[in-house]
Amino acid sequence: MNRISQTFQRNKANNEGVLIPFITAGDPSITESIKIGKKLFDCGVDILELGIPFSDPIADGPTIQASSHRALQNGMTTEKAMDIANTLKNHGPIVFMTYYNIPLQYGLTKFVKKAKKCGVEGLIIPDLPIEEAEELYQLCKQNNMSLIFLVAPTTDNQRLKHITTKSSGYLYLISSLGTTGAREKVQLETKKLIERVKDSCNGALPIAVGFGISKPKHVEEIINFGADGVIIGSALINKITNGSLTKMEQFVSALKKSTKMR
Amino acid sequence: MTLPNEHGKFGKFGGKLVPETLMTALKELEEQYRHFKENDSFQRELSDCLKNFVGRPTPLYFAERLTKKFGGAKIYLKREDLCHGGAHKINNTVGQVLLAKKMGKKRIIAETGAGQHGVATAIAAAKLDLPCEVYMGTEDIERQKMNVLRMNLLGAKVHPVTTGSKTLKDAINETMRDWVTNIKTSFYCIGSVVGPHPYPMMVRDFQSIIGREIKKEILAKEGRLPDFVIACVGGGSNAMGAFYPFLQDRVQLIGVEAAGKGLHTKKHSAPLNKGTFGALHGAYTYLLQDNFGQVQLSHSVAAGLDYPGVGPELSYLKKSERILCASAEDEEVIRAFKLLAKTEGIIPALESAHALAYLTKLAPTLEQERIIVLNLSGRGDKDLQSIQKREVK
Repeated sequence: MNRISQTFQRNKANNEGVLIPFITAGDPSITESIKIGKKLFDCGVDILELGIPFSDPIADGPTIQASSHRALQNGMTTEKAMDIANTLKNHGPIVFMTYYNIPLQYGLTKFVKKAKKCGVEGLIIPDLPIEEAEELYQLCKQNNMSLIFLVAPTTDNQRLKHITTKSSGYLYLISSLGTTGAREKVQLETKKLIERVKDSCNGALPIAVGFGISKPKHVEEIINFGADGVIIGSALINKITNGSLTKMEQFVSALKKSTKMR
Repeated sequence: MTLPNEHGKFGKFGGKLVPETLMTALKELEEQYRHFKENDSFQRELSDCLKNFVGRPTPLYFAERLTKKFGGAKIYLKREDLCHGGAHKINNTVGQVLLAKKMGKKRIIAETGAGQHGVATAIAAAKLDLPCEVYMGTEDIERQKMNVLRMNLLGAKVHPVTTGSKTLKDAINETMRDWVTNIKTSFYCIGSVVGPHPYPMMVRDFQSIIGREIKKEILAKEGRLPDFVIACVGGGSNAMGAFYPFLQDRVQLIGVEAAGKGLHTKKHSAPLNKGTFGALHGAYTYLLQDNFGQVQLSHSVAAGLDYPGVGPELSYLKKSERILCASAEDEEVIRAFKLLAKTEGIIPALESAHALAYLTKLAPTLEQERIIVLNLSGRGDKDLQSIQKREVK
């Protein structure tokens, strides 16, 4: 049991969904990332997903690609991302999101242990399927680190069951086919996916939905479809890039309000 | 031992390191590929296409003047430059696009670096009546304009890729993103032995017709196997195609990478020579990366070799010391390019000229009884403009 699981339990008891924003470490700068992270927790977000940027982010759309690129241009490294997490750890629970080559080069054991020390309690690696995850799975188990796998509309029930057995913390549901990136509407297939996963999961693991969520209305819909949490990345990054931190705060507060279950 | 194993692994290389959305599609692709591989009707259709459309078998040409010039081993050139489209790429695309058609896919997508694979995919798609979209980095669009024109004429839509380094690796990223979004209707036709399983295996299998023909042809001409088979290495498809049927034989296999401005610089494309173990584009392989795992930009005068990664099977063959990994720098490549034109009346692709550059060093050192087969992976018409630009500077 770590702060990730505790957060989901606590929120459920309060009839509230879990709000999980994603930001890229080092975009636009280290100081800004820390400032943004702190503000997000102040606004009431429950868990922070901190992205360690990678040069070739195949699961990401233009917003997060550009965000990663900016961070890398500014000299972001795995080590610096660890420092950012360390600075934010007392403000709330943090998970790292990155591509597999990053922890692979750092050294898997070294990566998990250092991340844990820096207050990171979960890992999301979008290009690591369960078939390749055995070593990381064992390391995460030994270090009480949640290993959060992604589930897509294309994942059949048999595979879904297998993924659930290897997962901890929460299940990350990809709302629709495609990459990250804000979308206009919540698709019908998202509702179907949530229902199918809840059916299959049987409450074993909390479910958070991500990819494409860009409005408080989306958050409301998804929580009412039965999801336990909502992840918001590109839409948030767009607000930060295009506006002020105040606008971001207003946006996040509205999102948090929408996590109240009807 | 058959490689890859059921997880798509060649030793510790290969595998499937892709987003969850692609996993089911990859499983389906592998099942369908294995099914059609054993299907007589599919094989007949493919053979017919390779013979009557692609122009196979390609000649194994004894380069008499080149041999005499070096005064050493006998030099044979496998003429993949004579394939329809001008390069070996089409051996793979007709196979994959035919498979796509059988699978009921409605749309073909592909990445391309130099443009040869894009053109070869557009050719196959036109012949088999499927819409085709190709992703190409804007850097590459600039240096290989003729290929862009050809793709357009063949009915393919070319999407310029402006992200990252605007070259092949970014085109692959963009094509993968398209596939992730359109997975149900679309077939991703990858151009080399890279990517997640089953692609490295599938592309190798389709390209192995090269090596099988070399074997048959050299036995007919010389009564024995060659001592050396040499090929340039970008992603590795022409090399794996030439090498694969010889893996169990007593034949020295040599892959020649792009050393660009020199292996001691940061301006090369030589992951087998200078790369380290990592994960790129869905597979464990050797790649050019910094200490933190950020993929580095590669450089080569030859757009088709300009890729910071390499096929996982080649990484495995290097690690197990089955292949020798050499390299050639831009300047010596251009010299070799001109040499073949003047000595044998053949204009090679700049990519293939890398293998030729190495040949110029190897051949003179060998006795005249030795036999070298060099895979001439493509023709160099596409390169004339950029060579000319360099001369003018």
